[in-house]
Amino acid sequence: MSPALYARCLRAVIVREGLRFVHQRERFFAALVRPLVWLAIFAVGFRAVLGLSIIPPYETYILYEEYVVPGLVGMIQLFNGMQSSLSMVYDREMGSMKTLLVSPLPRWYLLLCKLLAGVLVSIAQAYVFIAVAAFWDFRPPPMGYLAVLPALVLSGLMLGALGLLLSSFIKQLENFAGVMNFVIFPMFFASSALYPLWRIREGSPWLAVVAGVNPFTHVVELIRFALYLQIQPVSLLVVAGALAVFLGAAILAYDPGRGFWARRGGPAEQG
Amino acid sequence: MTAGAQPLRTPEPAAPADPASAVLAVERVSHSFGSRKALDDVSFAIPAGRFTVLLGLNGAGKTTLFSLITRLYNTRQGTIRVFGFDMRLQPSQALARIGVVFQQPTLDPDLTVLQNLRYHGGLHGLPASMVEERAAEELERIGLAPRAKDRVRTLSGGQRRRVEIARALLHRPSLLLLDEPTVGLDVALRRQVLDHVHDLCRERGLAVLWATHLMDEARPEDGVVVLHGGRVLAAGRLPEVCARAGAPALEPAFAALTGGGRG
Repeated sequence: MSPALYARCLRAVIVREGLRFVHQRERFFAALVRPLVWLAIFAVGFRAVLGLSIIPPYETYILYEEYVVPGLVGMIQLFNGMQSSLSMVYDREMGSMKTLLVSPLPRWYLLLCKLLAGVLVSIAQAYVFIAVAAFWDFRPPPMGYLAVLPALVLSGLMLGALGLLLSSFIKQLENFAGVMNFVIFPMFFASSALYPLWRIREGSPWLAVVAGVNPFTHVVELIRFALYLQIQPVSLLVVAGALAVFLGAAILAYDPGRGFWARRGGPAEQG
Repeated sequence: MTAGAQPLRTPEPAAPADPASAVLAVERVSHSFGSRKALDDVSFAIPAGRFTVLLGLNGAGKTTLFSLITRLYNTRQGTIRVFGFDMRLQPSQALARIGVVFQQPTLDPDLTVLQNLRYHGGLHGLPASMVEERAAEELERIGLAPRAKDRVRTLSGGQRRRVEIARALLHRPSLLLLDEPTVGLDVALRRQVLDHVHDLCRERGLAVLWATHLMDEARPEDGVVVLHGGRVLAAGRLPEVCARAGAPALEPAFAALTGGGRG
C-alpha cells in the first residue's frame, strides 16, 4: 500500500478528532480549569507550607507556583491520555471503533493515528495553560516554550499509549471511573508533580522509591527541564522506554489474533 | 415432521457451490468463546450480484460470523475468503473489498453527514477529491444531498441507516455486509431500506450478505443461509431451501429445519 494511503488515513483521524474537540468546547474548558484551580488556589495556599530549596533546573529560589506548573502540564496530559482512551471505551460501545478497525490499513497504524490525534489535542491544551500561567509569574526562557514541544509529544504519546492499553481491559464505561481512581490519582500524587522528590524522601523513604520509578514523575521532570532548556537524560529514557512498553502491549491487546476481543467474545455479543 | 428436526446431511449449498469464483467464501469455520461454541463448521459461498439473507434467531452466531468476516478477530478454524483473498493472510486486500453496516449505529452524531463520509473515505485511503465526488453521488442517490451539511443528530433513523449504507459504498466494495440493518425501523422504512439494497445488488452486481431474524425480509430470488445454534442448517435459493424442508414458505421451512425450538 502506498504512503499516500497512510497519510490520508492519518489526516482523516486527526480532522475527526479536531472536529470532535471543537464540538465539545466544555471539554476544553474543563481541561483548562482543572490545572488552573490547582495553580490559583492550591498552589497559593500550599506555598506557605512547603519550603523549596534550590534544585536543578532552577538556579535561584522560586515560588511554589513556578515549581508546580510543569506538574500541572503533566496533569493535563495524564487526563488527556486517559480521556482519549475513555472515548475509546465509549466509541467501542457506539460501534465507531469498529468503523476504524475495518479499515484495510494495518491495525497498529490505525491505533497509532488515534493516539497521535489525541496527543495533538493535549498539546494545544498544554500551551494554552502555560500561556495563562504567565499571570502567576510563570516565565521560563522564551526558547523554553519551543524546547518543551518534543517533551510534550513524547510524554503525550506515552500517557496516551497507557490509556489505550487500559481501554483494552475495560468493557464498560462504569469501570473507567475505577481506573481514574486507581491510576490517575496514585500516579499524580506519588510523583514529583506537587513536591520535589527530596521532600517526599524526608516524609517517607519508600514513597520516594515509588515516585522515583513512577513514569509520571519522569514526564513531569522531562517537561520541567525542557522548559528551562535542559535535558534530563534519565527521564528521557524512562519516558521513551515506557512508551515502547505500553504501545507494544496496547497493539498486542488490540491484535485480532491474540487480543481481548477474540477471547472475550467481542464488544457486544448479541448473537 | 420427524425429518425436519434433524439437520440436513448435505452441507454444501445447492446453488453456487464453487468457492473459487465466489465473492465471499466461508469454509468450515468454527469459533468458540471459552467452552461456548458460537460457530460450528460453517460453510457457504456468495456469488456476485446475489442478495443473500443470513437467517437466524438471536444467539444463532450471526454477529460472531460478521466479526470474523470483518476481522474484528481472527478466524482460528476454517477459512474466510473475499475475492479469493484469505482474511488471515491478506487482510488488507480482503477488507478493502468489503463494505460494512454494523448493527449499532456508527455515525458520529456531532459531525455532519459529509464529515462522517470524509472520515470513512480517509480511513480507506481515498483521495479527497474522489471522496467528495462519490459522497455527492451516493447522497444524491438516497435523496439526502440537501442534508449533506447537516449534523447526523438531526437525521431520522431511516435516513441515518441510508447514510451508513452510502458510507459503506464509498470505497466501491464488491461485498456489502449488513448486520440486522432494519432494527429499530418501522415497516415502511424497513421496506425502503430493503428495496434500496436489492436495487444496489442488481444494478452494481454487488454481493450482499444481509443478516436478520425476520423471515419476511427474504425474497424468492434471494439466497438464504439458515444459521441455527452456530450451524448452517440449509443454504441455497429460497425456493430450494423451502422445497428441501418440505414447506410451502420460509417461515414453516425454518420451523421444520430448526425443529421449532430455539436450539
